[in-house]
Amino acid sequence: MSAGKRSNEPLVWLLFGVGGFFAAFFLPVHVLFYGLLFPSGLVHAPGYQATLALVRHPLARLYLFALLTLCFFHAAHRMRLTMSDVLNLRHLNTVLAFLCYGGAIVGTVFTVWLLMTV
Amino acid sequence: MSDTIILEVARFNPERGGEPSYESFEVPLRPDWMVLDGLNHIKDQLDGSLTFRWSCRMGICGSCGMMINGVPTLTCESLLINYAPGPVRVGPLDHFPVVKDLVVDLDDFLAKLQKVRPWVVRKDDFKPPREFMQSPAQLEAFHQFSLCINCTLCYAACPVSGLDPNFLGPAAIALAHRYNLDSRDQGVEDRLDIVSQHEGIWDCTVVGECSVVCPKNVDPSLAIQQLKLTATKEWFKSFLLPRGKH
Repeated sequence: MSAGKRSNEPLVWLLFGVGGFFAAFFLPVHVLFYGLLFPSGLVHAPGYQATLALVRHPLARLYLFALLTLCFFHAAHRMRLTMSDVLNLRHLNTVLAFLCYGGAIVGTVFTVWLLMTV
Repeated sequence: MSDTIILEVARFNPERGGEPSYESFEVPLRPDWMVLDGLNHIKDQLDGSLTFRWSCRMGICGSCGMMINGVPTLTCESLLINYAPGPVRVGPLDHFPVVKDLVVDLDDFLAKLQKVRPWVVRKDDFKPPREFMQSPAQLEAFHQFSLCINCTLCYAACPVSGLDPNFLGPAAIALAHRYNLDSRDQGVEDRLDIVSQHEGIWDCTVVGECSVVCPKNVDPSLAIQQLKLTATKEWFKSFLLPRGKH
């Protein structure tokens, strides 16, 4: 490995790292409110129109884009490493990378479409 | 409490062939005995053919690392009485080829260690008129990583080392980091060429067991994560400023 090439992993690692930050700090807030507190009636839920108006705000769109896509890439990286090491599929590394990061890219495209059309 | 304890010791003799197996020995359970003392009792009194490495008996030389009940441990620092009533299972370090009984082959580790150039590298012809001066803060930057005794417990603890024999591994990367952080050193680029490859830092999945088992409280996992950040910065910089080879 002395004359080898520096890895291109920094790109996916950085997305994984920033995505981990979003997944740890912001995603649980959404799950708490939209998954538990609003449906159970413990906290008064904003109406559909109010939520839609909020989502249509450019800053909210930017935030949701970052939140969703970075979480996709975080999950993709974690899934890839879990499958390659825990399931011992290191020999399928290229296929796993294609499937996991490919899935995150599909998720990103879908997110952009959703946020542009909502 | 019984005054003896059973040591189940891994046996393997390549000249006789066969599968590695465990052999039980009954040794005195003295309150001041380490597991290494038990092994030495076996060698002196019960079976002189038992083979294992040891030297300093005080956690400095790093040669008596073995798996004790499945955990990579320095046998000279582990009181036998802590494993009472036993039995205690002692085996060679995981993830290394076994030479005989409890002795593992460290050639691969030593080759990896040499690759990261773990010494002060100077690119200029600067000949200091006296020793290099270093402030306490500059020393503090690398001090903990300099405490590594090359005992390779971290390699035995690291699941990635088990999965990928080409992984540079915790100790070699921590020592690369130690010299990168040294204010006297100019070899950062050379070392980044080695550690920034896939089999360097990027193979690490931050399990963190290396830092848990280290008998000198070095934190190789931290070294790897800090190097990932450095390598990432360099990776982005290489697009902005194409890097000329030195």
